[in-house]
This record gives sequence, structure tokens and C-alpha cells, in this order.
Amino acid sequence: MPEVLLANFQTKRLEVLNEKGEADLELLPDLSDAEIWRLYELMLLARIFDERAVALQREGRIGTYPPIRGQEAAQVGSAFALNQKDWLFPSFREMGAHLTLGYPIPQLLQYWGGDERAQKVPSGLNIFPFCVAVGSQIPHAAGAALAARYRRDPVAVVTYFGDGATSKGDFHEAMNLAGVFSLPLVFICQNNQWAISIPLKGQTASATLAQKAIAYGFEGVQVDGNDVFAVYRATRQAVEKARSGAGPTFIECLTYRMADHTTADDAGRYRSGEEVSFWAARDPILRLERFLEGRGLWSPQKREEAAAQAAAIVDAGVAEMEASAPPAAAEIFDEVLATPTPRQAGQRKVR
Amino acid sequence: MAQLNMVQAINQALSQEMARDDRVLLLGEDVGRDGGVFRVTEGLLERFGRERVLDTPLCESGIMGAAIGMAAYGLRPVPEIQFLGFTYSAFEQLFAHAARLRSRSRGRYSCPMVVRTPYGGGIKAPELHEESTEALFCQVPGLKVVVPSGPYVAKGLLLAALRDPDPVLFLEPTRLYRLLREEVPEGEYLVELGKARVARPGNSVTVVAWGSMLERVLKAVEGYDAEVLDLLTLNPFDSEAIISSVQKTGRLVIVHEAAKTCGFGAEIAATVAEAAILHLRAPILRVTAPDVPVPLAKLIDYYLPDAQQIRFALDEVLQY
Ligand SMILES: Cc1ncc(C[n+]2csc(CCOP(=O)(O)OP(=O)(O)O)c2C)c(N)n1
Repeated sequence: MPEVLLANFQTKRLEVLNEKGEADLELLPDLSDAEIWRLYELMLLARIFDERAVALQREGRIGTYPPIRGQEAAQVGSAFALNQKDWLFPSFREMGAHLTLGYPIPQLLQYWGGDERAQKVPSGLNIFPFCVAVGSQIPHAAGAALAARYRRDPVAVVTYFGDGATSKGDFHEAMNLAGVFSLPLVFICQNNQWAISIPLKGQTASATLAQKAIAYGFEGVQVDGNDVFAVYRATRQAVEKARSGAGPTFIECLTYRMADHTTADDAGRYRSGEEVSFWAARDPILRLERFLEGRGLWSPQKREEAAAQAAAIVDAGVAEMEASAPPAAAEIFDEVLATPTPRQAGQRKVR
Repeated sequence: MAQLNMVQAINQALSQEMARDDRVLLLGEDVGRDGGVFRVTEGLLERFGRERVLDTPLCESGIMGAAIGMAAYGLRPVPEIQFLGFTYSAFEQLFAHAARLRSRSRGRYSCPMVVRTPYGGGIKAPELHEESTEALFCQVPGLKVVVPSGPYVAKGLLLAALRDPDPVLFLEPTRLYRLLREEVPEGEYLVELGKARVARPGNSVTVVAWGSMLERVLKAVEGYDAEVLDLLTLNPFDSEAIISSVQKTGRLVIVHEAAKTCGFGAEIAATVAEAAILHLRAPILRVTAPDVPVPLAKLIDYYLPDAQQIRFALDEVLQY
């Protein structure tokens, strides 16, 4: 009996904007100058928010915080492709996506300050709470996508996670559900190449994460995650595909975590300074600046202005967060059940 | 004798046992190059190499299941789960397999492994980083559950656990990792599993605690003639020590940082009710966290039992 060749597969990487700021005009998404500038402002806002959050942690004004430095294009570019009706199932490192969708800054800071009231997502946004147990939010997205399809709602469900999460059973189970039921689901993996101290090759023996989708019967694509246009283009296509009922997509954003894993971590223990500088030179914000400059839309002075504006927004958020009253002790009993158990009610009374 | 904290004492126990027994190996997320997120396994990769200290992918169920296979094969794996809250995705492996391998195979296979994991609250960390759901694990026959309360016992209990023929869940109270220093002998010594320790002798009331609550209880009982028992092993637990202490004092207060309902305190109270109810001069009281999920940093101190609540309970039972 001969061996029969059953299938051949390919995995692609999408790149639109190179490090010099030159774009492939064929692939450049259809965005106005004002929209591109908005992307830039949001990436700066994410950067400045992040820097402030790290500083606040160092000063003991908030708790442990997971920085997003370097991942701004992946987060802002993808979230910019969503609309208000779409559903988002984040992990814990997508503050750039939250900011893009208009999640209130005081609330973001309040959450990392250890105040769970911050998890109450403002009405009008369909965002699930931050999810600290790695990968466990991914099946929830599959469930919401099943529900959206059942209700015939033309929405996309988007879930974010890191490269480490692709090792969890929950990831594989959700990918399989998405494939089997052809769900309106977009998996956005921010491959920042480290899961705390474990580099990608300690996480998987496959050459890309994108190719994992092949095994589940749907499209997987890798995009340059430091290229906001590539991320936006791929996400836009995937959410439109989802909304139109054409099934799931897996997007691997190849990016880099420039900071420590969290403020409780010291990345110097496990990775080299050269690697970090290599990626610093590929900073997603620099790249977009070069593009904008080429179009006559950017100058150091315009950056200063945009940065000052973002800083003012963040400052106002910090001030509001710090002015908010601390939670009352009895709030630990709030919202545990719709009706507290008799024992909970009694415990609340004596506290 | 060296003054060590609990991180150092556990590190020393692992290191000594790995040197003594080449079947012992470590696996888990970040345990190698990074030395673990709490630095408990620091230096062990350098000393024992990649074949014995495995940095795994991020997969708790895989880590736990693989450890079971290794143990059945004749090794003594020590899987580390980064926080107790992340053992939940490995429940099936732990409950359905680790705890039952001996009985499912009628003794043909066994599962000598020690699952190490940080446990408990008070470190102001993100969600699921401060769980104290030890009672869940005590409900599973076939699994031993050990909770050290300081550096000295941590080393001796861990060495005993590593030599135990059955699976042991070793819960390391995170709040204590660097809080206390004690004299820890350099040489090997075992603290027997299943035995409680009288942390402080007394006559008028028995207080039972374990893990990070012990430190709090010892402070709270100053000025009382209280006998404090440090349980050390929750499954199997030393019911004899509790009963004989209650027979002497006639009063019992149990302190734990887990939620009250179905907490391990209920098991202790029921055991004393079965065996020594006629020795009691007062109702048994439990000082516990309330029945709510562990809150984030802002309210964690409010969740954990404090010295004042412990003293209220002592005053109350002493009125009888
Ligand atoms: C189930 C689970 N295991 C372990 C952890 C501890 N932990 C937090 S983040 C992390 C690494 C996550 O890596 P990745 O998925 O790549 O996301 P990144 O943090 O790089 O954004 C680990 C091991 C956790 N939060 N959840």
C-alpha cells in the first residue's frame, strides 16, 4: 500500500509597515489620516498609562501590575477593529485594548490597586473582567460565540491571551469548539515571546502559534504584532468574517514584552539585555511615527503635544482613582450571591 | 545553627533530598532558570541540571498528570503549582488519579509525589493568588495534606513527605515565606506526617490552628492560659492530640483562614463532638474567614481572622 499525501499546509505572516516606517500600499488598511492619528494617540495613551501604572506601583499607590510596554500596536490595533456590540474576553494584560474601547482609566487603576469594584464593566461595553487564571477565559468566549450565533446577533466575540496560554487545555478545548461549531470567534494571541521566565521554545515545539489553528480546521495567521496596520487589517478581516457567519480565526501577533512580566518580577534573571534592545529598536510607536512623518503628519513637537494630552488624561484618571472612597469592609459580602445565604447575612452583621 | 526563613528551609530540604535520592526531580512553571516565582527552587537547576529540574510549559493539568506518570514509573516527582488557585485546573488529575492510583490498581502502582504550592492570604496579590481551600483536598481519600507553619517544621515535614509512599499536597503559607526566621539544623531530620505539635502548652482552652494562622494565634493568646496545637498535617490529622488536649482544657477554639462553611474546622469540631463531647465545658467556636471569595488587596486584611476576633472567641468560651 502506498502512503497517501492527505494535506499540505501553509502558514503566513502579514506585514504592512516595516521598521523604517514604509508601508505596503496594497495592504495598508483603508483608514483616514485622522483615524491613523487616532491610532497613534491611543498607542501613546497606552504607553503613558503603562508608565504611570508602573510608577504608581513603585510608590506603593497600586498593587502588582503587569506592564504592556511594547505590546501597544497589538492591543490598540486589534481593539480598534471592534465595535461597541462586539464581546471581549481579555486576559490580564490588555490595558491597551481597554483604553481603546473607552474603559475608564480610574477603574483600570483601581483594579490594579486591589479594589474589585473596578471589575464592574460600564454598561455599553461588553467586556468580561480581567482573568488572572491563564487561558481560562478562552472557553467563555466560545460560549458567548455560541450564544451570539443562537441569537442570530451579527457580533464578533474576541478573546485575548498570551503565548503561555496556548499550552493550557482550555485553549485547545475552546479552539476545538470554535472549529467544530464554526463560531463567530476571533482568537488574538499576543505572542510576547515570554511566559514569565519561559521563552516561546519552552512553551511549544511548533514553529508558529498561528499554525495551531490548522489542526482545528480554521484559519490561523501570524501578523507582525509591532505593526499596528497589520494587526488592524487582520483583526478587521477576522471580525467581519465572524459577524458574517463565516467562522473563527486565530491571529498570532508576534510582539515582545519589553518590561518585566509584572512589577513583582525581575526579567533580568532570565533574558539578555541585547534581546531587549533588539526589540526596543522595533518599538511599535516609533514605527508608526516614522510612517506619519513620511506623510508630513508627525514632528517631535506634535509628539510632545500628543504626549502631554495623553499624560493629562492619565493624570486626571489617577487623581480620580485616588479621590475615590476606599471600599467599605462589608463590601466583601456584596454580589457574592443574588441573595446572601443566611450565614453570609449573619456574618455581615457582626463585622 | 543557621537562622533560615521558610523559603531557605524548603530549598535546603529539596536540595538535600535530591542529592540523596536521584529519583527526586522537580517540574513546574518557572522552577528552573527563574528559581520559582518565590525563589524556593533557586540554585537547584544549576546544581542538578535540566534533567532533574524541568521548566515546563504553562499547563497545570499536564504537570500534575505527568508527575503521576513519573511517580508510577518509579520516580519521586515534585510538581510545583505556582499558586494554589491554579491547582483547580489540575483537579481531575489530582482527585481522579493521584489520589486513587494505588486503589485503582489495587496496589500495583502507587503515586509517591509531593505537590508543592504557595497557599493562603495576606500578601496583597491578584485574584486566585491567596486561596486557602485546603478542605477541598482533605475530602479526597488517598491524598495527604500538609501545612507547615514555619521554617523548622517545613524542612522536616518536606523531607518526610518526599519519603512518603503516597501523594502529598504540601501547602506553603505564602505570608510566612519570609516572615519568620528560625534555627534550622543543617543535617537531615524528619517531622512525622499526621502528628500535631503543641506550639504552646496551656490548661484552660485548646486552640487549634495551622499554617499562617498559627503565628497570629500565638500572638493573640498572650495573657491566656491557652494550649495551642499546630496541626501540621490536615489529612490524616492528629485527632488524638486534639482530643486529649480538649479533655484537659474542656474548651476548644479552631482558627482557620479559609471560609467557614465546610472549612476544615468543621471536621475538627465534629471529631471532638464524637469523641469528647462530655469533656466540653463550653460550645466549640470557630474563628474563620467569612463565606465570600478571597477579596483583592484592599480588603484582604478584613477577610483574614485577626487577633481581636481570636481573643473574642477565647473570652466567650472562657465565660462558661
Ligand atoms: C493557570 C495559571 N497558571 C499560572 C499562572 C501564573 N502566571 C501568571 S501569568 C503567567 C505567564 C503567562 O504567559 P502568557 O500566557 O504568555 O501571557 P503574558 O503574561 O506573557 O502576557 C503565569 C505562569 C496563572 N496566572 N494562571
